[in-house]
Amino acid sequence: MDKNTKLQKAADEHGLSLWKDAWKRLLKNKMAVFSLVVLGLMILACFGAPFISSYDYSQIDYKAFKQAPSSEHIFGTDPTGRDTFTRVLYGGQVSIKIAILCTLISLSIGITYGATAAYAGGRIDNLMMRFVDVMYSLPYMFLVIILMVVFGKNEYILFMAIGAVSWLTMARIVRGQILSLKAKEFIEAARSYGASHATIIFKHLVPNALGTVIVYTTITIPRVILVESFLSFLGLGIQEPNPSWGKLCVDGASVMETAPWLIIFPGLALSITLFCMNFLGDGLRDALDPKMK
Amino acid sequence: MDNLLEVKNLKKYFPIKGGFFRTVVGNVKAVDDVSFVLKKGKTLGVVGESGCGKSTLGRAILRLHEPTSGEVVFEGKDITGLSHEEMVAKRREMQIIFQDPFASLNPRLTVFQIIVEPLEIHEIGTAEERYEKVCSLMDLVGLRRQYMHRYPHEFSGGQRQRIGIARALTMNPKFIVADEPVSALDVSVQSQVLNLIRKLQQEFGISFMFIAHDLAVVQHICDDVAVMYLGRMVEKAKAEDLYKSPKHPYTQALLSAIPQPDPNRHIDRIVLEGDVPSPINPPSGCPFHNRCIHVKEICKAVVPPVINTGTAENEHIVRCHLFSEEEQAKSKGETAKPTAESETTS
Repeated sequence: MDKNTKLQKAADEHGLSLWKDAWKRLLKNKMAVFSLVVLGLMILACFGAPFISSYDYSQIDYKAFKQAPSSEHIFGTDPTGRDTFTRVLYGGQVSIKIAILCTLISLSIGITYGATAAYAGGRIDNLMMRFVDVMYSLPYMFLVIILMVVFGKNEYILFMAIGAVSWLTMARIVRGQILSLKAKEFIEAARSYGASHATIIFKHLVPNALGTVIVYTTITIPRVILVESFLSFLGLGIQEPNPSWGKLCVDGASVMETAPWLIIFPGLALSITLFCMNFLGDGLRDALDPKMK
Repeated sequence: MDNLLEVKNLKKYFPIKGGFFRTVVGNVKAVDDVSFVLKKGKTLGVVGESGCGKSTLGRAILRLHEPTSGEVVFEGKDITGLSHEEMVAKRREMQIIFQDPFASLNPRLTVFQIIVEPLEIHEIGTAEERYEKVCSLMDLVGLRRQYMHRYPHEFSGGQRQRIGIARALTMNPKFIVADEPVSALDVSVQSQVLNLIRKLQQEFGISFMFIAHDLAVVQHICDDVAVMYLGRMVEKAKAEDLYKSPKHPYTQALLSAIPQPDPNRHIDRIVLEGDVPSPINPPSGCPFHNRCIHVKEICKAVVPPVINTGTAENEHIVRCHLFSEEEQAKSKGETAKPTAESETTS
């Protein structure tokens, strides 16, 4: 009985252990847990918008143009008479989707690409990184515009386009980390007992580079949200009447003096989300490092 | 067949690239024409200064560095030509223990995960068997089982080195390269780890190639000792023979540098002049000739041959012109001459 539970324990802790351990450590970090809860609520509110708000995001209230917050419109209305609260919620859907999808794309391509280049070394590394240099030297706006023109204006094409340009820096950062890690003896040890290249890269190298990767990810998230608002401003991203946080902020900024609530509320939603993501990222970095126990 | 490992004319050159087209402009001859035989269950000590190619030799034998040329015959089979898959299978038999116990363990894995990984890669045993194996290995190297789920940074240097040893033992290897396993440890901990290695030799009959820069440590646990200088093996003999009667001038200098605990004992310290020459551009002839106290004209021009000054069974190999046949004959002639003269005068 005792032996079996012990075995079970060993089997459990094995394989998943880095993440399970990290989860345990994360739960001890109060700020990270608080951020996680706030983020969860934010996501729930945004994606449950139809159940929370009685208005539609494009619905015009002809009795209320550019009205200050009131009991009817708790965040006020914009110059066309649309409910800001509803628009902030719906805008959050786009911005959160962008934050998650683009970051995932940038993470998965960037890590795989950078780690492969660094691990292979020599000519392959050289070729792969020169390709990154070439991509870097193209203005990313130009790239995104071409992608949007070729594949049409679609929300997901926009995400792909932003993701496709944001992995470049990640690849460089990961490569730098892996280059210094691959000279360590535990990599040689793994080779000495016959570990495959994939095992070495994804079990031994990448987890040790996670700290830097997470810090950089917390920088990537606000960046992609802002890139989207910029693209929308240029007419390439989200189109009227669909809202996004970035776009609401841009629109709100133009009427800031007469209707400050139009920038305050979407700005607040954006800031709170980014703030929580930063804290969560910080907590994750510490949680994933066994030395921080 | 009691030869476990035969190394024949092994060379490892690291190319130096330079110029605009990154062409090879030279070679670092880290291991240059090394041959030796290791019998089953025996331990070969390899000593030499830093940068003499000891570690590279160990890694080239395991193909962690791909050898430039030469053969590594392991259990009758040359492994230098094996494909990647065949080599992965062979790696079960040959393992390595590293010098730095802080760099040789992945900081993100627990002790259990570190020790069990080779079993997972080779798909040996069920989860239960693997668990048992890890337990028995931890007992063997003297780590408490309850530390199984701790991370490497929670251990001391000596304990971490034991984790490294346990990992090397996971697949019951026949041959282990121990690359300066104790030089990063405190003296008090050194002896514990050395005793552990001794136990492994005796109980499991594992052959070791024990790399060190400390002759005193090697004397403790090795059957044979090889001395390396600038990528070449300059002398190899049974440990007691080498310590009793070192032949090569470099070995003599090394041995004279062992500190003696008795302050009253007089040592004829041979202090070598100059530095180790660069392995990129080694001296012509005998690589040691510019620091040797017995240097002759021939040393500067001709690479000394491999000479066995011992018997066929009890080899004492030296690469030095002082022991070549002509030199031996000449010195005999010199000693014989005066007696002949004295006879004629009388």
